[in-house]
Amino acid sequence: MTSAISVSGLVKTFGPTRALDDLNLDVQTGEVHGFLGPNGAGKSTTIRILLGLLRADSGTARLLGGDPWKDTAALHRRLAYVPGDVNLWPNLTGGEVIDLLGRLRGGLNKARRAELLERFELDPRKKGRTYSKGNRQKVALVAALSSDVELLILDEPTSGLDPLMEAVFQDCINDERERGRTVLLSSHILAEVEALCDRVSIIRNGHIVETGTLADLRHLTRTSISAELAGPPNGLTSMAGVHDLVAEGNRVKFEVDSDKLDPVLKQLVSSGVRTLTSQPPTLEELFLRHYEDTK
Amino acid sequence: MIGTLHLVRLALRRSRILLPVWIFFLVFTTLSTTTALEEVYGTQQSRALLGATANANSAFLAMLGPLHDWSTLGGLVAWRWGVFAGLFIAIMALLVVTRHTRAEEEAGRTELVSAAVVGRHAHLAAAVIVAGGTSLLIGVLQALVLIGKDLPADGAWAFGLSTASVGLVFTGVSAFTAQLSENSRVSNALAGGFLGVIYLLRAAGDAAGESGPQWLTWFSPIGWTEQVRSFGDNRFWVLLIPLAVFVVLVGTSAYVVTRRDVGLGLLPTRLGPAHGKIGTPFGLAWRLQKGSLIGWSVALFVVGVIYGSVAQAVGQMVEDNPTLGQIVQQIGGADAMVDAFFATVTQLIGLISSIYLVQAVLRLRSEETSFRAEPLLATPVSRWGWVASHAVFALVGGAIVLAFAGLGLGLVHGLQIGDVGTALPKMLGAALVQLPAAWVVAGVALVLFGLFPQFTGVSWAVVSASLVITLLGPALQLDQWALDVSPFTHVPKYPDIVAGPLLWLSAVAVVLLAAGFAGFRRRDLTT
Ligand SMILES: Nc1ncnc2c1ncn2[C@@H]1O[C@H](COP(=O)(O)OP(=O)(O)OP(=O)(O)O)[C@@H](O)[C@H]1O
Ligand SMILES: [Mg+2]
Repeated sequence: MTSAISVSGLVKTFGPTRALDDLNLDVQTGEVHGFLGPNGAGKSTTIRILLGLLRADSGTARLLGGDPWKDTAALHRRLAYVPGDVNLWPNLTGGEVIDLLGRLRGGLNKARRAELLERFELDPRKKGRTYSKGNRQKVALVAALSSDVELLILDEPTSGLDPLMEAVFQDCINDERERGRTVLLSSHILAEVEALCDRVSIIRNGHIVETGTLADLRHLTRTSISAELAGPPNGLTSMAGVHDLVAEGNRVKFEVDSDKLDPVLKQLVSSGVRTLTSQPPTLEELFLRHYEDTK
Repeated sequence: MIGTLHLVRLALRRSRILLPVWIFFLVFTTLSTTTALEEVYGTQQSRALLGATANANSAFLAMLGPLHDWSTLGGLVAWRWGVFAGLFIAIMALLVVTRHTRAEEEAGRTELVSAAVVGRHAHLAAAVIVAGGTSLLIGVLQALVLIGKDLPADGAWAFGLSTASVGLVFTGVSAFTAQLSENSRVSNALAGGFLGVIYLLRAAGDAAGESGPQWLTWFSPIGWTEQVRSFGDNRFWVLLIPLAVFVVLVGTSAYVVTRRDVGLGLLPTRLGPAHGKIGTPFGLAWRLQKGSLIGWSVALFVVGVIYGSVAQAVGQMVEDNPTLGQIVQQIGGADAMVDAFFATVTQLIGLISSIYLVQAVLRLRSEETSFRAEPLLATPVSRWGWVASHAVFALVGGAIVLAFAGLGLGLVHGLQIGDVGTALPKMLGAALVQLPAAWVVAGVALVLFGLFPQFTGVSWAVVSASLVITLLGPALQLDQWALDVSPFTHVPKYPDIVAGPLLWLSAVAVVLLAAGFAGFRRRDLTT
């Protein structure tokens, strides 16, 4: 598999702020890659560098085999971008903007344009100023999704969409995946990431702290266990990988690192298990752990 | 009205640099104009001569109004500076009001603030208080400065309050235009257009002569300041008219505020086409800039028509006046007077056109800060192509705008002298020679955009400096080096057009433009 995006050692400073600090990112061709991180972590900055809108201080970035700063125009023919803050020209209608961006990219698929307008329930005849935030985002989405490009770069594209439209968006991205397109999706919506992304990268303070498939990441998390035992629990306290243990008589509650699950369960069984509930790790917990560490 | 005080404080904070600059500029120019006039026209004779020429010269009449009282220094100040002070304070007031009403609303900040405890009228009230208060403060300071120069107090107050009255009227005008459209640019354009109209109304009235429609002056807020006759009759009662207009406009605007939704205007927005025809950066720039190009072309054509129509009268008036006739013969006769008139007028037109050019260039910056450039530059559009698509409106658009001014001058003057064939090309040329100087100003704006994007606002300081230096420099007796700062100083004066300065001005403009382009190609997009 080849890389659609590969970034290594990227640094970008804005005056005293170090927005990106030795960032490495790898997006494989054909995958939907989630890009997550707390506010101000550097997601939009990374994306802007990939688009040649900002110039990196150091490090290398390759996009579709080219240099995003030097081969800008050639690369932009092969990608579409939905910004986080979509601002439209007040006097242009949504339809005019969609056609403009499409033509600038070298033409758009008319049938898909019509289909997307229908699916997103967007009226293309309204003037830019009169669209709501969500509808402005839909204009940018329709423009991007109806172009025949290899790579979609989406910066929080659904932050203004209602749940119904969020579902439409997810369908559309799944269609894109089937068409073999690569998607870089920055998002704060975990359900969306969980539903769409093949792999995710988590960025914090301008640095990627975790990257891999969701299964990989889950592996790094904890399972919560609560059990009623035949006798008093023994030996649990001292076991590696057990956290937040609460014991009341024969009942225990604790969390265990996913990779230590096996020995800990064996220990439980040795005390005789009457009831057992286990909760698989949620993504929320995973992300919250990464997000909170910034503080 | 709850929360008005908070908003006033917020507005003052946001404009803590802009307002002092305006106040200083207007008050200081009052002072320096007085000092300069005192030196040049110290004697009764020199003033008498000025009085005779000024009131006989339609160019002066149209540009500055009549010199009602040339026997005192105060009368000279009121004549030389009164109309311009009114123009400038009007621009200040309309920019300030729009900035704190419609522009805020457009940016969505009004919603944010309105959701807090703020009365329905608080935004309008705060903007009116800030703009109106600044106008009054400028008026009072002007009066004090004049009194400090030992001019009669009643005249000084009449003058200061007259200037303030124009500020008040335009506070009202732009409070009203801000209600009409959803777009602050349109609001400014409407108010600015109105300012142009009322300036020209009084120009036509003042230059009309005994038999002409002198009453036109009475339909102009700037005309009212002339009718006060500061340092002469000091007719304070005339100021009741602008006061009434101010009250009516603000009242109407306050009424409209209660009748419309936040974010929307009175002018309805309609549905547009579902499919677009625009497919190139230039196509988009044309769509965004054509309104302003057409508006400026029409406006400058009208300016040309008005000045063109009084040119002939300049010659006749002096011929009718035997004593003046002699003086005029010495400087080359009536034709020379007409030529001098055109030289002044085309220079003025060139200066005004530079506002258009700079505004066309700065569109780039507003597209960038509003995040509208970003999606465009994420398509195959090159940085170069995007900048060029707007810059062409400054470079070629500037030529078009000036050509329309020349067309207006040439057509009307040609019809009057019965020789359009000669007058038209001459006047077109006289207007177009201003272009290289205007390009230089636009070039400065593009350099700022390319290299110092946070400071593109300085472009307006450059425009203002060129205006002040060129229009008032000679009266202020500035040194030659200071006059040389304005590119318009170097434009050859009609009818002695030589190519040299035009070529090197163009070369300077090319260098500036290239630097701006190169700078932008290399820099980050910023907001
Ligand atoms: N033009 C700029 N000038 C100065 N600082 C900037 C600029 N752009 C971004 N930053 C800073 O860089 C850091 C990263 O910002 P960025 O916009 O990339 O974050 P983000 O991950 O997209 O956040 P969010 O989730 O809120 O969109 C922040 O600290 C931000 O304040
Ligand atoms: Mg962001």
